[in-house]
Amino acid sequence: MKYKSQKVAYWFFALSMLLLVLQITYGFVMGFARIGFDNLHEFIPFNTARAVHTNLLVVWLLSGFMGAAYYIIPEEAQRELVNVKLAYVQLISLALVGVTAIVGFHFNIWEGRKFLEIPRPLDYLVVVNVLLFLGLILTTLFKGKRQTTTALVLSMGLLFAALLYLPGMLPFDSQVTDSFFRWWVVHLWVEGVWELIMGGILSFLLIKLTGVDREVIEKWLYVIVGLTFLSGVLGTGHHYYYIGVNKIWLIVGGIFSALEPLAFLAMALFAVNMYRKGEKKHPNKLALYWTLGAAIVSFVGAGLLGFAHTLPQTNIYTHGTLVTAMHGHLAFWGAYGMIVLAIISYSLPNMTGRKLYDSSRGRMAFWLANVGMVGMTVAFGVAGVAQVYLERKFKMDFMLVQKEIAVHFVVLVLCATIFATGIALYIIDFYKHGKPSDEALEINE
Amino acid sequence: MLSKKQARAFFLGGTLVTFLIFIGLTIFSFSKENDQTNSENLSAEVVRGKEIWESNNCMGCHTILGEGAYYAPELTKVIDRLNIRYDGNGEEVIKSILMSPSPWQPNGRKMVAYGMTEQEASDVVAFFNWIGKIDLNGFDRVISPLAKEKINN
Repeated sequence: MKYKSQKVAYWFFALSMLLLVLQITYGFVMGFARIGFDNLHEFIPFNTARAVHTNLLVVWLLSGFMGAAYYIIPEEAQRELVNVKLAYVQLISLALVGVTAIVGFHFNIWEGRKFLEIPRPLDYLVVVNVLLFLGLILTTLFKGKRQTTTALVLSMGLLFAALLYLPGMLPFDSQVTDSFFRWWVVHLWVEGVWELIMGGILSFLLIKLTGVDREVIEKWLYVIVGLTFLSGVLGTGHHYYYIGVNKIWLIVGGIFSALEPLAFLAMALFAVNMYRKGEKKHPNKLALYWTLGAAIVSFVGAGLLGFAHTLPQTNIYTHGTLVTAMHGHLAFWGAYGMIVLAIISYSLPNMTGRKLYDSSRGRMAFWLANVGMVGMTVAFGVAGVAQVYLERKFKMDFMLVQKEIAVHFVVLVLCATIFATGIALYIIDFYKHGKPSDEALEINE
Repeated sequence: MLSKKQARAFFLGGTLVTFLIFIGLTIFSFSKENDQTNSENLSAEVVRGKEIWESNNCMGCHTILGEGAYYAPELTKVIDRLNIRYDGNGEEVIKSILMSPSPWQPNGRKMVAYGMTEQEASDVVAFFNWIGKIDLNGFDRVISPLAKEKINN
């Protein structure tokens, strides 16, 4: 750690871990409900569990991204964060808004729009919170000694993510228009600007972990984020095939979303090549595992599995089925979950001074979490494909099909248990690092 | 060999061009002659139905226009499907489920008992009726085979 103010990141990461545990807990509530054990229905009906599960995902990832920015930006800009106290205010307000929203979901207080369930008054608080965060980050960056491409791409991703939250707040009477602009937020976040954030974090980690020249890494970073937007912006069309808008989206969405895997392929090749070119001397092997893992798993989850049901001819059958959940789980995990865990694994020893670089517990955490998530993805996939055939091809009733595929959710819960064990080990490792300390300043990174 | 400057130009140029095309296509698809969202039939009842749909997070279990949580049935064309199953009483069946004070449990999977008023239930039905008439580029035929058979007969 080079600057004292980077320690703020630790608390954002700690909040991330706490919310991740809660997210997994609510995931189990849903998994059990799907196999018939919905004993908590009176207190946590499925729609509550689902809203909590997806919103916690967004908040823990955002908290992780913010922590990453608070760690990376001072180091890249070569100066302390402009105001540490305000960063803590931002952390606490983020946690309060998140917790209030989650509690509200249990009392039927929400907006009921997929992924954007946070009620409108809290939306305004989210905007204020994010403006404060961006103010701190951008002021630090532009008052700094240098503005690197890595820092600019990361900041640009965070800025655009904030701007793109706004279309989701526009009121519409028509369900179609509402849905159309909801995807401006959701799709352009996860298949657009979040990839900038991921690319920025990945670039920072590769520079630090491989020792490859910054100029080389940052040049390819531009190419990757260029490919992301080139395919991802018009790729939004794959959400518009069958929601009641013009057929033009079948062509545009089909072509450009078929190109979306290219950005993820480029990211995976980029990470692996930089690792090969590098000196392989950095002792933090766990951070390297998570970094390369993020690049590779995101290609499989977001790239390949996304492609598997993105063509209009396929999507007409898979739209609105569990096939989407299959793609969603591995994509979010690979692209965003793993990159947050990568930056945490890299920065924790630097912030705390405890060099737990390569523990067997850390390796187990990596493998169990990944094997568990791949297993869950397969379970969702099998359930989804069976659902498509039985319901959409053989015209069976929805609920009868659900009974037929319930067995796959037993497998899902078992795999989720393996995943959760991996995450538990990761969090134990997090805890074992202890608190951040000024004594960790200038340790050899 | 590609320089960093060229790579940056590729990123900025590509982003700008695709975003402008995206905005253009958005304007195109909502222009009057290309609009297929059934917006001309949006009534006060339908809008109230949409608000009830959202304020109860129905999408947290059901899907509509193929979007939702895959835990409970797709509700686009639901009235057509239930009309066939319940001899033309689809709307009444939906209203009785929404107005029921005790949980509806088809095949053991529980739905929250919303205990809606007659007016609220009618608004939701109006919303479903409106949704059912949107041109979905063929998706409606996939999710509502019974409705298709009815049309063919």
